[in-house]
Amino acid sequence: MTSIKSMLQKGLTFSLLLGFTRVAFAAAMDVRPGVTEMSREIQDLHHLSLSIVVVIGILVFGIMFYSIYAHRRSKNPKPADFHESTAVEIVWTLIPVLILISLAVPATRTLIEIEDNSDPDLSILITGSQWKWHYQYLDSNIGFYSNLTTAQAERDNLEPKGINYLLEVDNVLVLPTNRKVRFLTTSDDVIHSWWIPDFAVKQDAIPGFINEAWTRVNETGLFRGQCTEFCGKDHAFMPIVVEVQAEADFDQWLEDQRLAIELASGQAVADRAKTWAMAELMEIGEGVYVDHCATCHELDGAGQGSTYPALAGGEIPNGPMEAHMDRVLNGAADTEMQAWAPQLSDLEIASVITYERNSFGNETADLVQPITIFEAR
Amino acid sequence: MSKNRNKQTKHLILLSSLAFGMLGFSFALVPLYEIFCEVTGITGKTSSSVAVEPAAVMQESEREVTIQFLAQVSRGMPWEFRPTKHQLRVRVGEVNLTSYYARNHSAQGVTGQAVPSVSPVNASRYLHKIECFCFTEQYLEAGENQQMAVRFYIDEELPEEINTLTLSYSLFNVPGLEPSSLAFVSHQP
Amino acid sequence: MAEIAGHTIPNRSPLLAFFERWFLTTNHKEIGSLYLWLSFVLFFIAGAMAMVIRLELGQPGMQFTDPLFYNQMVTMHGLIMVFGVVMPGFVGLANWQIPLMIGAPDMALPRLNNFSFWILPFAFTLLISSLFMEGGAPNFGWTFYAPLSTTYGPPSTDFFILGVHLMGVSSVLGAINIIVTIFNLRVEGMTLMKMPLFVWTWLITAFLLVMVMPVLAGAVTMMLTDRHFGTSFFAAAGGGDPLLFQHVFWFFGHPEVYILILPGFGIASQIIPTFARKKLFGYHSMVYATASIAILSFVVWGHHMFSVGMPLAAELFFMYATMLIAVPTGVKVFNWVATMWRGSMTFETPMLFALGFVILFTIGGFSGLMLALVPADFQYHDTFFVVAHFHYVLYPGAIFGIMSAVYYWLPKWCGNMYDERLGKIHFWTAVIAVNMTFFPMHFVGLAGMPRRIVDYSIAFADFNLVSSIGAALLGVTQVLFLYIVIKAIRGGEKATSQVWEGAEGLEWTIPSPAPLHTFETPPQFPAPEEAYKHE
Repeated sequence: MTSIKSMLQKGLTFSLLLGFTRVAFAAAMDVRPGVTEMSREIQDLHHLSLSIVVVIGILVFGIMFYSIYAHRRSKNPKPADFHESTAVEIVWTLIPVLILISLAVPATRTLIEIEDNSDPDLSILITGSQWKWHYQYLDSNIGFYSNLTTAQAERDNLEPKGINYLLEVDNVLVLPTNRKVRFLTTSDDVIHSWWIPDFAVKQDAIPGFINEAWTRVNETGLFRGQCTEFCGKDHAFMPIVVEVQAEADFDQWLEDQRLAIELASGQAVADRAKTWAMAELMEIGEGVYVDHCATCHELDGAGQGSTYPALAGGEIPNGPMEAHMDRVLNGAADTEMQAWAPQLSDLEIASVITYERNSFGNETADLVQPITIFEAR
Repeated sequence: MSKNRNKQTKHLILLSSLAFGMLGFSFALVPLYEIFCEVTGITGKTSSSVAVEPAAVMQESEREVTIQFLAQVSRGMPWEFRPTKHQLRVRVGEVNLTSYYARNHSAQGVTGQAVPSVSPVNASRYLHKIECFCFTEQYLEAGENQQMAVRFYIDEELPEEINTLTLSYSLFNVPGLEPSSLAFVSHQP
Repeated sequence: MAEIAGHTIPNRSPLLAFFERWFLTTNHKEIGSLYLWLSFVLFFIAGAMAMVIRLELGQPGMQFTDPLFYNQMVTMHGLIMVFGVVMPGFVGLANWQIPLMIGAPDMALPRLNNFSFWILPFAFTLLISSLFMEGGAPNFGWTFYAPLSTTYGPPSTDFFILGVHLMGVSSVLGAINIIVTIFNLRVEGMTLMKMPLFVWTWLITAFLLVMVMPVLAGAVTMMLTDRHFGTSFFAAAGGGDPLLFQHVFWFFGHPEVYILILPGFGIASQIIPTFARKKLFGYHSMVYATASIAILSFVVWGHHMFSVGMPLAAELFFMYATMLIAVPTGVKVFNWVATMWRGSMTFETPMLFALGFVILFTIGGFSGLMLALVPADFQYHDTFFVVAHFHYVLYPGAIFGIMSAVYYWLPKWCGNMYDERLGKIHFWTAVIAVNMTFFPMHFVGLAGMPRRIVDYSIAFADFNLVSSIGAALLGVTQVLFLYIVIKAIRGGEKATSQVWEGAEGLEWTIPSPAPLHTFETPPQFPAPEEAYKHE
């Protein structure tokens, strides 16, 4: 009869929804548990709030659907008369408040833990700029830039996309397990945001200010994240990759980095001592240009409107060398033109300036040696 | 009819005043924001006013905290800028001196302004700067370098749970100013 | 000789008469229609931008746009939908219905009404023409954070600022007009607590508008002076703070989103009782709940900024205050359900859209509650989970609200019933399309996809494809809606005064179509049974 049929219908709907929520907890649709205590607590909080709203939804929508069925005109030709009840209003005000308290308590507890940045073992300064990250290990003076390495050909659909499409970088941030790591974030230009879902750390990087957050990672592995504050043209193209290593491996890595810095400065000394030929500079310069400059100034040097000036026939690449060097080394204030002095070596800067002055139809025949760049810094 | 019109006029005047009042309020938010941040100390901006040297009577407690120093140079600013010491272990209440090194690498004189920021946010009101190159603009001739001093102490009231502070300066280019009109603070540590 | 609305006008060519009628009208019905048509046109323009966005996001990789253009689409889509579609749409409904519902002959300030409307086409011409300016249109998101918008914004940013100022003036003047009308022109016997709920929600919305639009004006003025007059409100270099921008903006922004939904609540409160043939449950409670939502909306702005590095105390305050808003909102939903309960319901198109509104808006409310929890928000903020949330409350929320109102009141406005079969088709395809477009966004957001990105990791590809297909379908349903509206205006089954069997209220005591001038003598209130003619 009617009531059994409606009960069966309700039962079916309920099981479907229950099944769906089970499926929903599958990886593709859920906040991940992550690899830190905080990320797990956050996932639990997410499950709690999701379950509560699903139950409330089933209840409220269930009542609505039942009413749509049972109180339609053909079933219920005479509408009832009631239109107020203070008692009912009080009940359905108080019960939601109780439900909210049950959510607020665990949320408060977790938040207090998250905001406790004290006593870190390691501090890292993260500087966002358009459109890359810079990491500096404060206790060891090791620092480097981290740029997206996904090939333009993949982005232009000319090659198949790798599994880490848009989530791969040249230099990863390396962290140790089990140590409390403190992240200080700031920015060079506009607001960016540093987010690793597996750590549940998201912190805005605000120019002129520093923020702090912390994490303690329990497992080794590679973890990926993205910039999560709209920052202009290539906001989608400044990912974050963190490699977490066992503590001993991390300590070794730090040592290796120190050595590498010494080697690089040794290499830089050697590069400066040499006099480079035009052909060599052009080849290196082209590589630098494609990796760092083409995204704004275009592969053919045509630029994009007034925001990204054309280098082909442009004033600076065809004008005095000092001005060209100054622009590349120090950037241009209040624009997206970065200061490349901290990011590229003398050889790289000398090469790319040489390349720009002799490509895209520019024929200055100028070349500049790394030693000149070194002296100009 | 005219009674209604009078009421309408009254309402019109009241509502327009409300709109203009809110416009004024939005501008008032600027100083209000500053005041709120200073009073509660929750912005990470240290006070831009000079702190008074603490009276000699202040007890130097046994409590030590770590203070880290950072430097940021903004785009288009052709200076090298770095702290001479990256980190100090200091006692609360004790006056300390450190400095930042700056060098103008360009071919002309440049004026810079350093803007401080402290982390954690709650610590900023406990960091008192007696002397700081950030109080005024700094001018360097082409190629000139300078050691710029910061004298500070950390208030004893610093909350117990804070043991590490970070002081960061962001250096910005201040264009178009006459060098002679500026005072600059210079100190040999 | 020209003929306008039944009047013959000597010495006027038809062209001049047309111009005079539509540019100089002070009639609330004509101005209401002007707002509604403006809203509809801008709906298609901003909708086309959404199509561009979804076209690009259908697959990973760059297919149709470049990042610079895409960012302009994202920004303009948001700006036009918020300021050009939802707000003028609700104002158009207010203009048409408020005088009718309170038994007034027109708005209190008819010439101001005309001015408030006519600012808008100029404001939007300015804004949309920025697409063709050097440097392109604004490309920093509809929330235009500094310093992306101040230091790094394109030249058209200044035109954007001017456009925002113009829209703000229009909104404030319109809101003042609505408040003065409601306070002064109600028919004898209609105390505040006897007003239809649509009038109540608009009264409260109008107060919100008067209070927060000037704050937006302040924010964009500070932007302008930062850009060109040497100030440093938002630049750390000069002693300012980018976060000040966010505080000022969201102090406006949060009440703004309630401005975008409260009239929709009022519409649901008109439609559901009509089609349930039962009085609205808990009238007083509904008024208090709406007022509570409006008041609370002033103290929750920080929930848009949880990741900026706010101190713990502030995070906790904003979390609790935001969670609290769920209470009066829930009360409203329960009251609607109680109105349905043991009513005698029929499901014509307005009722379908109103019920769809209640269910789908509530889903948006659920994701809003989840977002309020700060630790969880650290995983949701600035991801597609947020995009899903606000599209649920705005599309099946505000837009369904406007659509249900149009279906509900169109017979009164034009005298013809719309095609009910087509209306139902519109509803069901819209429901399917809306869910297909926006539900998957919850999942990609939770999986880690940030918002405002032109390209994404291949892990997010499948759901994005579903979403883009849904969006295409949604676009098609709008064309159907346009067709239905135009078809009804041109002809259809003749509508009676009451139009809907369960309808109550002064607007249903006048003929359909409503004569140009109504209630020139105040009607009797409450309207007696015989006032609802059924011929």
